[in-house]
Amino acid sequence: MKTLSFRGGVHPPDKKRFSENAGITVAPLPEKVYLFLDNHAGVTAKQLVKEGDKVKTGQKIAEAGGFISADLHSSITGTVEAIEKHYHPTLQKPRDAIVIKREPEEEWQYLEPAKSYEDFEKDQLVKRIKDAGIVGLGGAMFPTNVKLSPPDGKKIDLLIINGAECEPYLTIDYRMMLEFSEEIVKGTLAIKRAVDIENIVIGIENNKPEAIKKMKEVCKGTGIKIEALKTKYPQGAEKQLIYAISKRKVPSGGLPMDVGAVVQNVGTAYAIYEAVEKGKPLVERGLTITGEGVHKPVNVIARIGTMANQLIDIAGGLNEEQVDRVVFGGPMMGIAVPRTNIPIIKGTSGITIMTKEATRATERETMTCIRCGKCIDACPMFLLPFQLNLYCDNRLYDKAVEEGLLDCIECGSCSYACPANIDLVKSFKLAKKVYKAMKGGAKR
Amino acid sequence: MKLSVSSAPHLRTSDSVRKIMLDVIIALLPASVASIFIFGLRALVLILVCVVGSVLTELFVMKLLRGKKEFRPDGSATVTGLLLALNLPVAVSWWQALIGVIVAIGIAKHVFGGLGRNFWNPALIGRVFMLISFPVAMTTWYSPFDLQTTATPLAIIKEGSGTLPPVKDMFLGTISGSLGETSALLLILGFIYLVLRGRIKLTIPITYIGTVAAMSGIFYLVDPAFGIPIYHILGGGLMLGALFMATDMVTSPMTMKGQFIFGLGCGVITMIIRYFGGYPEGVSYSIIIMNSFVPLIDMVTKPKVFGEVKSSA
Repeated sequence: MKTLSFRGGVHPPDKKRFSENAGITVAPLPEKVYLFLDNHAGVTAKQLVKEGDKVKTGQKIAEAGGFISADLHSSITGTVEAIEKHYHPTLQKPRDAIVIKREPEEEWQYLEPAKSYEDFEKDQLVKRIKDAGIVGLGGAMFPTNVKLSPPDGKKIDLLIINGAECEPYLTIDYRMMLEFSEEIVKGTLAIKRAVDIENIVIGIENNKPEAIKKMKEVCKGTGIKIEALKTKYPQGAEKQLIYAISKRKVPSGGLPMDVGAVVQNVGTAYAIYEAVEKGKPLVERGLTITGEGVHKPVNVIARIGTMANQLIDIAGGLNEEQVDRVVFGGPMMGIAVPRTNIPIIKGTSGITIMTKEATRATERETMTCIRCGKCIDACPMFLLPFQLNLYCDNRLYDKAVEEGLLDCIECGSCSYACPANIDLVKSFKLAKKVYKAMKGGAKR
Repeated sequence: MKLSVSSAPHLRTSDSVRKIMLDVIIALLPASVASIFIFGLRALVLILVCVVGSVLTELFVMKLLRGKKEFRPDGSATVTGLLLALNLPVAVSWWQALIGVIVAIGIAKHVFGGLGRNFWNPALIGRVFMLISFPVAMTTWYSPFDLQTTATPLAIIKEGSGTLPPVKDMFLGTISGSLGETSALLLILGFIYLVLRGRIKLTIPITYIGTVAAMSGIFYLVDPAFGIPIYHILGGGLMLGALFMATDMVTSPMTMKGQFIFGLGCGVITMIIRYFGGYPEGVSYSIIIMNSFVPLIDMVTKPKVFGEVKSSA
């Protein structure tokens, strides 16, 4: 079969075998949830509840704080116990979270009306997606309604549903495509209706032949095309995926809509289906709990704000002797957290529990760069990581930016490939932060 | 339970600088062993002196001069020592070789900051230093096995007198020349290993050897006295130089376009020296000269960033 791809990238071991055959189960309701006001990219949401308030599942408890922001809904029925700072897994610092204590009886507050997407008007669909607090579930958590509302003059003519799941270990998108294929297709068609696009492609890496087969069956007669992608990291990165499928290049500093494309994760498509046809706001998501460090890797649907350790228990608990790190997300871009009692957020696609054995290569001695060029071959943005690193190390940030620092998508392919074990991507992430702080947070 | 919070990616390649160096050493072994077979124990002595001298010099510089107490040899000094040995005629004395490696490691490599920071191939700087310091020993060539003073194929072409060896001998390596440059077969064998291991790309060797082949072909057509092309390709240090010296990662360009320019430049300069220069051989100088241009080449061959738009201003 012909497979589509991009130039650059790396081939880490895919390690999906641990959880790929574990059918999706529903996690038991947690006693408490911790819902960050930053459960999306952009401006912090504004809380609508106070301590002591009773809330239902699906009730809006915080509203978007700006254009790029999202509503937040209670993920259980109970009482607001506190609004206090908790450690945020991706921002990696304490942020305000609404803590809700559960009551035995669950009561839902649905969005009205819930009906087939075909009965919705175009604008109503985008509004429903906004009202449901839906954000990109691939990990970036960008508000979906914003992505689907191109400014005047920009025409979107290509919708890509991202089923690449190029991160090693993670299998939730795969399981969703197998078990909720019809729902994903309905969600996709809802997006199609909302943005009025004819050209729809679902991209799936060819290490998931079952998912490709299943989606092809379900998409028959819908006009949706399924494309097999070469298994290569980061095939699911937005710019690389758009290029692989359409050969369109998102301009430097630009957005997918600049080339008429919009990309949504399969999980997001599912969430849109639920919001439209079931009236359910985004209060739960599927995620993979996996890795050599847990006894029984699983794919579960869990309420947003559930503590990671409760989900790890569902996966049979972790092997304390051997565990080296607990990663929110996959091993390539995920963030290692300092402890396990940290709540999941809307963008948590998995929790990867890695053993010392699995992470041993990260502990290799760091040597000097011998200009072997592996980082150049690996960079999917065609940057020169070794060169950028020299600029960043010497705090020549303006020079680094001139050489494309801000084009770095932080995929980590350079660090993965470096035989000298130089932490290239770490240096770029840091340099970007410093640069942005120096420029007062303006520009990109 | 203590959790590590190191930064992503949490998976890394298991490759390392040491493994790269080990692969280069493995690739050079066939030619090294053959040199002992062809030129006898003197060759073995030279190889040992160069390798041991090189590693000791590096340890001395790193630990005593640069104060890196925890330094462990990374294999790069062994590679430099071995390469220098393979670039020497067997007529050289052990103490001359020792001075060569001290210059290679102590000056050509560490004065510029050590591994990864030197502009010129250290082994070649060592060789050129010896060529200037010990001109007689460095240009005295012995025939294989019986070690009688003789001329290299390139010298025969340059002088225009003498009998050229059969092509088969040049391919197998039973001709006069530096220790490791004589057998094209074994050098190619080692090189294939490096390519299969993903250590070296084909661009530099192909453009370098291709340029030499094209230039010598054209010159031969103009005047056969310039020498038959196959002797230019197999008769001197081109194979060793193009496959193992010009491809040194530290001192060659990083992009394919840059490597193409580099190989082309090496080829042209080699042939100009061979035809019009004072020496019959020009591989070392050509590579050193092109090494100097690497920063410039890297600058002008920078790849375009994905999605970069030409500024409309």
